[in-house]
Amino acid sequence: MTATTAEDSRERETRGKRPARRGTAVRHPDRKGRSPIFDAPTPHGLVLRYTALVIVLLISIGPMLWELSTSLKSKAEDVYTQNIQLLPHHPTLGNYGEVQNTIPVWHFAVNSLTVAVINVTGNVIGATLAGYVLARLKFKGRKLLLGVFVATLILPAEVTIISKFQMITSMGLGDSILGVCLPDMIAMTNVLLMRNAFMALPKEVEEAAIIDGATVLQRMRYVGLPSVKGTLSVISIFAFIGAWDDFLWPLLVLQSPNKLTLTVGLSYLNGQWSHDPRTIAAGTMMALLPILALFLILQRYFFRGVAEGAIKG
Amino acid sequence: MRSHRFYTPWLLMLPALVWLALFSVWPAINTVTLSFTNVHQLTGGHFIGLKNYWLLWHDPHIRDAVINTIVFMVICVPLLTLLPLLLAMLVQRNIRGIAFFRTAFYFPVIASAVTVALIWKWMLDDRGLFNNLLQTMGVVHKTVPFLTDRWLLLLSAIALTVWKGLGYYMLLYMSALGSVRRELHEAAAVDGAGSVRRFWSVTVPGVRGTMILIAVLIAVNAMRVFSELYILGGATGGVGGQDVSIVMLVQQAASGSDGRLGYASAISVFLFFLTAIPLLFLTRLNKNSQEES
Repeated sequence: MTATTAEDSRERETRGKRPARRGTAVRHPDRKGRSPIFDAPTPHGLVLRYTALVIVLLISIGPMLWELSTSLKSKAEDVYTQNIQLLPHHPTLGNYGEVQNTIPVWHFAVNSLTVAVINVTGNVIGATLAGYVLARLKFKGRKLLLGVFVATLILPAEVTIISKFQMITSMGLGDSILGVCLPDMIAMTNVLLMRNAFMALPKEVEEAAIIDGATVLQRMRYVGLPSVKGTLSVISIFAFIGAWDDFLWPLLVLQSPNKLTLTVGLSYLNGQWSHDPRTIAAGTMMALLPILALFLILQRYFFRGVAEGAIKG
Repeated sequence: MRSHRFYTPWLLMLPALVWLALFSVWPAINTVTLSFTNVHQLTGGHFIGLKNYWLLWHDPHIRDAVINTIVFMVICVPLLTLLPLLLAMLVQRNIRGIAFFRTAFYFPVIASAVTVALIWKWMLDDRGLFNNLLQTMGVVHKTVPFLTDRWLLLLSAIALTVWKGLGYYMLLYMSALGSVRRELHEAAAVDGAGSVRRFWSVTVPGVRGTMILIAVLIAVNAMRVFSELYILGGATGGVGGQDVSIVMLVQQAASGSDGRLGYASAISVFLFFLTAIPLLFLTRLNKNSQEES
């Protein structure tokens, strides 16, 4: 699939330079770039397109904006009224203070951040090393090993969660942040994604480096890594988001109220420690806004990496 | 010229191999072993044969969970196979500001299931946004029990799942759309095919492979649902306890100081076989299409 995409875009580029490609030129002798026949951006079509885009935009981020608005409404304002108020009358950060008084939310945030950073580090190092070896080095048992890595993909994480839970507890890591981090520190999917990325590197470049006497680590660092930056950034972003958003696993492992991650803490805030929708909304925003902001900062690298073929089923 | 020493690959792969063995291969084997025992969180246990599976077969909660899973799949698979494709077509053209829209459409994917479920829970509240809107517009006169009715709660969780999944599958479709040949579209247009006709006879066949893969992914993910139902309906699965998913039952069985790890493992094995069905379907289809070509 990747191959056809690349081929196709290359073809499109060359076509731009030389519009007289035979087969198509016969059909549309006057064609330059976009065909005027069926999909030229007419003003009418453009308006329709933007209308559709705005509607989908409202559907996808409207609920988040509503939650943000609720979190900023003061106690004096009726949030239940049928007379719907989209914007808060007197915006206040009071509800965010209320969250702080109800749960150790900063502590939870630090816990979530710790898990996320450890996960990113582990996956970047572990998956790069293994991915490079599986893609570029010849050794006995490589095919078999690759088969085992691929086979693990059919196992949904939830299926083995009980066994992992038992293992973490027996290691004495139950109810600890390290116990939350450990299983996902190197994900097999990421090893395979890195392998795919390293495979794209032409053999000749590496052979030249071998003749020049470069060691394996030097080749990986100076020949391999520069060409897999896209996939590496996608893996890092996914590892961070995955850890920050994870719920089931930390819910199983953690019990002490001061050791929870944000998602688990929020699930307890909701209903057990608070019934005020404003407070819950403020707590939700405190988990949501940082990850959205991070994604906004990194989205350029993310979409570029995806375009390079980093995620393919 | 030798490229490396014989032990180098193994040395570099050591971390990944340790994780492969400890957190993938061993847990898979151990889950099956545990499922034949009555191991508890604190007390240990012994071999009890197929008793856990017998219990599972007669567990009314399992029946509810399987029914819910089927409903989830039946609604999610067509919706999430089709809608993200339309969305991908919408953001495919590079018009002004498109990067902003693409990023915003991806926001629900980035957000954790817990936060978006809390957001939806507030909107679906008895006195929340949806009920207020519906009553103000005069669509309904009584409160709609989105979060307390057995089926409405399930449908709410499904709607949430579809909403959260749109951006994810949109991204998968975007790269597939790039490989649909423009010439085919043009030829069809010249032959007088309208945009609807071209969608079904050019675009859909063009992304067929991706479409099947996505449908299988959606089916598997529908079986793995947890956070959405857990937050919307509460830990025990709604008012009547019927809005449970299979993973929720695994979590319930294993939770607490007297967690029944043996029984939870039996449910996990059951879950594995369920998720294997769509995957087998996929490999079969792939084999067939390879034989054709």
